[in-house]
Amino acid sequence: MSAYETVIGLEVHVELATKTKIFCGCSTQFGGEPNTHTCPVCTGMPGSLPVLNKQVLKYAVAVGLATNCDITRYCKFDRKNYFYPDNPQNYQISQLYLPICRNGHVDIETEDGTKSIGIHEIHMEEDAGKLIHDEYDDCSYVDFNRSGVPLIEIVSEPDLRSADEVIAYLEKLKMTIQYLGASDCKLQEGSMRADVNLSVRPVGQKEFGTRTEMKNLNSFKAIRRAIEGERERQIDMIESGQKVVQETRRWDDNAGDSYAMRSKEDAQDYRYFPDPDLVPISLSDEFIADIKAAEPEFREAKKTRYTSEFSLPEYDTDIITGSKRMADVFEETVKFGADPKKVSNYLMGETMRILKEKELDPQDITFSSASLAKLIKLQESKAINGTVAKEVFEVMFFEDIDPEEYVKEKGLMTVNDEGALRAVVEEVIKNNTQSVSDYKNGKEKAIGFLVGQTMKAMKGKADPASVNAMLKELL
Amino acid sequence: MANIISDETIEYVGILAKLELNEAQKERAKKDMADMLDYIDKLGELDTDGIEPMSHVFDVKNVWREDVVTNTDDRENIIKNAPGEKNGMFEVPKTFD
Amino acid sequence: MSILDLTALELSAAIKEKKYTVEEAVKAVLQRIDQCDKEYNCYITVDAEGALREAKRVQQLIDDKTFNGPLAGVPVAIKDNICTEGMLTTCASRILYNFVPTFSSEAVIALKNAGAVIIGKTNMDEFAMGSTTETSFFGPTKNPRNPGHVPGGSSGGSASAVASNECFFALGSDTGGSIRQPASYCGVVGLKPTYGRVSRYGLIAYGSSLDQIGPLCKDVSDCAAIMEVICSHDPKDSTSVDRQDNDFTSALVDDVAGMKIGVPRDYFAEGLDDEVRETVLKAVDVLKEKGAIVEEFDLSLVDYAIPTYYTIAAAEASSNLERFDGIKYGYRTEEYTGLHNMYKKTRSEGFGDEVKRRIMLGSFVLSSGYYDAYYLKALKVKALIKKAFDEAFARYDIIIGPVAPTTAPKLGDSLKDPIAMYLSDIYTISVNLAGLPGMSIPCGTDSRGLPIGLQLIADCFNEKNIIRAAYSYESACGNYHKSITCGKDGEN
Repeated sequence: MSAYETVIGLEVHVELATKTKIFCGCSTQFGGEPNTHTCPVCTGMPGSLPVLNKQVLKYAVAVGLATNCDITRYCKFDRKNYFYPDNPQNYQISQLYLPICRNGHVDIETEDGTKSIGIHEIHMEEDAGKLIHDEYDDCSYVDFNRSGVPLIEIVSEPDLRSADEVIAYLEKLKMTIQYLGASDCKLQEGSMRADVNLSVRPVGQKEFGTRTEMKNLNSFKAIRRAIEGERERQIDMIESGQKVVQETRRWDDNAGDSYAMRSKEDAQDYRYFPDPDLVPISLSDEFIADIKAAEPEFREAKKTRYTSEFSLPEYDTDIITGSKRMADVFEETVKFGADPKKVSNYLMGETMRILKEKELDPQDITFSSASLAKLIKLQESKAINGTVAKEVFEVMFFEDIDPEEYVKEKGLMTVNDEGALRAVVEEVIKNNTQSVSDYKNGKEKAIGFLVGQTMKAMKGKADPASVNAMLKELL
Repeated sequence: MANIISDETIEYVGILAKLELNEAQKERAKKDMADMLDYIDKLGELDTDGIEPMSHVFDVKNVWREDVVTNTDDRENIIKNAPGEKNGMFEVPKTFD
Repeated sequence: MSILDLTALELSAAIKEKKYTVEEAVKAVLQRIDQCDKEYNCYITVDAEGALREAKRVQQLIDDKTFNGPLAGVPVAIKDNICTEGMLTTCASRILYNFVPTFSSEAVIALKNAGAVIIGKTNMDEFAMGSTTETSFFGPTKNPRNPGHVPGGSSGGSASAVASNECFFALGSDTGGSIRQPASYCGVVGLKPTYGRVSRYGLIAYGSSLDQIGPLCKDVSDCAAIMEVICSHDPKDSTSVDRQDNDFTSALVDDVAGMKIGVPRDYFAEGLDDEVRETVLKAVDVLKEKGAIVEEFDLSLVDYAIPTYYTIAAAEASSNLERFDGIKYGYRTEEYTGLHNMYKKTRSEGFGDEVKRRIMLGSFVLSSGYYDAYYLKALKVKALIKKAFDEAFARYDIIIGPVAPTTAPKLGDSLKDPIAMYLSDIYTISVNLAGLPGMSIPCGTDSRGLPIGLQLIADCFNEKNIIRAAYSYESACGNYHKSITCGKDGEN
């Protein structure tokens, strides 16, 4: 088995974060009732004509610049002709002959160090509608709300050699595009989709083997499983004397298997030709320079700055910059005057814990940076203790509350009345003679139990450090 | 010069164009297409080396619109002409993926 | 003289002078349709009720001076490949036999805003593919000048409706001669504007890079006035051009002194009917006598226009017509097994022979392995043809020649041999390939009484040169339409 090398190229579709579709003024918003975000253009009504959304072009150029591509100064749209019900015109407007970006690369980190993955091209195109299948009926139903949503397709060179490299490459693309604000790149929701072109060849052989294309991969896990499964399938075929057929295969993640999609009626001859309804695009140096100038600070630059400006450890900067949203929250919260390390702790600790528990993406963070800053201040001033702060944070994560008001309303402020605290501590000492004597006999740990008992009696509203100090004093 | 269109070609073009022809129509289509291609082959007489293919007559470029939502829900109209409809969606024969 | 003998401009003026009401004009047209459309079959849809309702509304707006333009109150017919909101739009095809658009084309909106009243939708070759209006799913249209003959096509219904006074003017579309050739066969004025002058939004596409909407009407003055209304820059059509020179009526000047006119020898070569040649050359002499400088020249490449055109138009059509699949609108076959069978049966039953022929050809020339040899080659020849015209217009203000090699053929004669039919477009087709404006005006009649058209071609956006020359010719020779229809007592 190890005598084979896997050769992988990716076609990554990314839905752009525009307000409207690529060729009409319909909203791209998710979740509307079927066909409520449609018009004559995106449903292929006779007589309708497309007009390009400028923002699509800007995003495509931005992604191209960020992935070191040459921007095609004179580019065009082409029609890709194929019949399918989710494709209202039965041609998709895409780019074949003159794609907007070409010859780029991104660097990924692998076990063997940095590796450059070539980007063959990036082109702009329109998304298809959605087919809904009726279990009981012999029918399917078409919803064109997604039809005409802008996509870019990023086509890599066949430079990838393993599932790990593929995932590193996708992570890198995702990060770059998210930082640009060009897309939220959510695999699960389909705003980022990867088709895997894979072939195997005996180690040392120069020619590529016959490749297959795998579709329907909507998580990193599925991508890994599909790559491993397809590699094995192809090796098995070769070992048993069969030939790998060039075909499109659909991955079924539940079955852990793939099957060929091609039928007699799919000729896969798309008869591309320049779309006569759209005029060429000719980009000036200025247009490109403006987009370059508006480029955000990317992850690596942020990491370096966080280390120098906020003295954060590398571990922290790595996690915080792992998503643009997280980095934005960090920077905003610090701007509100919160201590950078404390903000970082909240993001790495509580935030990541809740995201993981609820299977959310950092993009889903909705709490306000101002609230987090307030919460940190409440804790710093000892108005609330750490346990209370965590409880408040959890509420704040899901609900739009003001931590100061919430703490007041719920009476969660720490009791700073020394007299009241002394009375409770004296009571605890009186009722826990065993622990008291343990402590006095040198069992340092026993004091922890006494602190706990005091906190319990105070209903959590005490500062554990003050309790500890008072216990020591009274003992 | 004479083009000959095979059964396979007509079959293949039928798949591309989603047209189904009976035998008589196929024979006619083979002849018509061969005649037209013979006629079109006349273009081969012209030397077009170095000529840029002209898809647009005018040098109109960079026509685009701003990213502003202009359309509202028009489902009732969009679905009105559909031969098959259910719950605001277009009904089609079952597809499998 | 009957109300129907008025031109569009005369009618609108008479309505404003309260000699007629809009309702009277609409009723006269409806009556005329009742009287003769069974025979001519100009219309696919007549919206009598809607037109009468609209007549009342428009009359009020004329009375309160809201509508004061030259077309206010004038009944108009629209070719059935131009979308009209709420009114059946079939492209003369079974596949759209029940299609009711939910929006109107930009040109139709412009006409409505000018107070024109839509009477109905005119017959045509299916999806504008044909030169005789015989490929219509709704039966052929007949030539009102001689009902044994075709009206030409594809805008044959529009040309016939104007010729038979079943409307005061009409919109057609021209992809390879589809306005000029039927105008010529029916003896009316027809203009194909420069590509991009009139918005294509709402025109159901045949060959998108060639299609253009334009007027068919009774005289040159009407033509200029209609052009002023329908030409505009439309942000919904990316190929629409923003021009400030849409004041076409300013070119209605009877003066061609010093105008340089090129007469291409290639347009008078073998294949041209002798009577047509003579009549057209006589018309050229009229302009010469009025002071135009006329010169013969070799345009070149004329024989290559038709194969170039059919490659490009068929390729674009094969793609444009993919959307007719039985899912979103129009015809769907009754019985089928599965998706692809539904597609194939729907389209095979929904499209007629000529449409299928062009879809097959178009799919083939774009298919893998043939794109460069056929499609790309045609785009290169198109560039050469454009260049030949550029060189001609460096020397001439307009080019003049015949519209078609013959007068209208007999019904049923053309469909037998497609290539022979395609040849009837030989003088009109290169105008579309080069995006130029071209006009057909009547210049006489052959021995059988069939009209002959004179074609005037100008460089892009120079419609005014054409209008000026045509107006001068018409001033010298009189209004052809009136001379024919008014001469026949009692016909109207």
